[in-house]
Amino acid sequence: MTTLTIDHVSRWFGNVVAVNDITMTIGPGVTGLLGPNGAGKSTLINMMGGFLAPSTGSVTLDGRPTWRNEQIYKQIGIVPEREAMYDFLTGREFVVANAELHGLGKKAAQKALATVEMEYAQDRKISTYSKGMRQRVKMASALVHNPSLLLLDEPFNGMDPRQRMQLMDLLRRMGDEGRTVLFSSHILEEVEQLASHIEVIVAGRHAASGDFRRIRRLMTDRPHRYLVRSSDDRALAAALIADPSTSGIEVDLQEGALRIQAVDFGRFTALLPRVARDHGIRLLTVSPSDESLESVFSYLVAA
Amino acid sequence: MYDPTVARLTYRGLLGRRRALILGALPVLLIVISLAVRGFTGADDQVAADVLGGFALATMVPIIGVIAGTGAIGPEIDDGSVVYLLAKPVKRPTIIFTKLIVAIAVTMAFSAIPTFLAGMILNGNGQQIAVAYTVAALVASIAYAALFLLLGTITRHAVVFGLVYALVWEALFGTLVSGARTLSVQQWALAVAHEVTGGDLVTSDVGLTTGAVLLIAVTVAATWFAGQKLRTLTLAGEE
Repeated sequence: MTTLTIDHVSRWFGNVVAVNDITMTIGPGVTGLLGPNGAGKSTLINMMGGFLAPSTGSVTLDGRPTWRNEQIYKQIGIVPEREAMYDFLTGREFVVANAELHGLGKKAAQKALATVEMEYAQDRKISTYSKGMRQRVKMASALVHNPSLLLLDEPFNGMDPRQRMQLMDLLRRMGDEGRTVLFSSHILEEVEQLASHIEVIVAGRHAASGDFRRIRRLMTDRPHRYLVRSSDDRALAAALIADPSTSGIEVDLQEGALRIQAVDFGRFTALLPRVARDHGIRLLTVSPSDESLESVFSYLVAA
Repeated sequence: MYDPTVARLTYRGLLGRRRALILGALPVLLIVISLAVRGFTGADDQVAADVLGGFALATMVPIIGVIAGTGAIGPEIDDGSVVYLLAKPVKRPTIIFTKLIVAIAVTMAFSAIPTFLAGMILNGNGQQIAVAYTVAALVASIAYAALFLLLGTITRHAVVFGLVYALVWEALFGTLVSGARTLSVQQWALAVAHEVTGGDLVTSDVGLTTGAVLLIAVTVAATWFAGQKLRTLTLAGEE
């Protein structure tokens, strides 16, 4: 049982604060680190993996610091986001080299290659691999010494759906075996499918933590904004504001549209078409104006 | 202190197709020049010393040192693949030391052997000139490899800085400013070569003691510092 403890960790680069006072504990099972691009996920993972010193705070693995401590790599397996990986080697040579650096031999390498189902292409040069194949060989190199903690930075990037499913199955299995698995992603659905526990970071701050259902609800229950154009904007506005699911409507004369703020997402989406039909109003445009992941996340931070 | 796996990865990276071509180009040029000079002027000790001193030791050895020294670690740090070495229970100084050995071996192979061959072609090792410059190339290979390996760990522009040092500092300033010559790997190596062979055709601006001490000091200090640098190497995210 391996526990990774992040205690009041901040990291800045010059004037830019990449990670801002984050405290979290990552235990056995699969944990998803969710956040938009540029939120500080990679910085945090680099600190977890001992490749970056926290500016303040500490990162420890079962009580031992990860920074400047090569011995922790006996326990940690790392799948970096970057592509580069000794492209002039074959997949097998690469994984064997990784095994040797752990003091292990060809047998361990072969087992790891079998785990990720890459034996069929193991004698091809890595430079000829697709993104998904690279990802799997990286995975094999991280698993070769049977680590108790697995850190993966955006492991699903660029994978096709089938490869994604395979990797998810593999990570799920690792988690079920009692390993501590942490992966980062900026895609909610990915995290939701795989992780039982989610940590959300936004703009370097720890925005939410816990069960994915709770976080999903937080994300759905936020106020939603819509831009609506119809055959009779004012009549539609009057009818909508009468319902408690709508908290504000602005008639935007320049755009020739309504800007509507809905507080009850489920109820509003049912209300809008019904009201339009009842009043004989034609809906010309209905578009959510703040559905970007960033706005969802920034709402979470404020909550 | 020496890890055979790290060495294997470093050799394969260094002697990959493109870099091997660049490494091989200068020695081939040296041999061609030597053949031409021998053909036109016949065996002349002074000319042999000029070619070996002016081209082999002053230009070829440092450039090969730059390519091998920075190439032993620079590209891995640059593209991030060094993470696969760093995420292992292997001491960082071991990684540096191993890479240094590889860089030295490659620099020696691509600079000392052609220097010796060129010397033999030019004047058949008359007055021990071929041996003297071969010794100088061997000695210089060690210091250059260490120096440029360090450069490879501290800057992304290691090749540029390395070439500036090799060509501007050693070749240009060295001929203009006498003080620069004291701080020149080339002169230190010549001091050792002078001691090995005697004679007046191979001379150095620094004494043997100064040369030897500086050679050892620079090599040890650069290696130690590179090890420290790698211990705290930061792999910043790509965000």
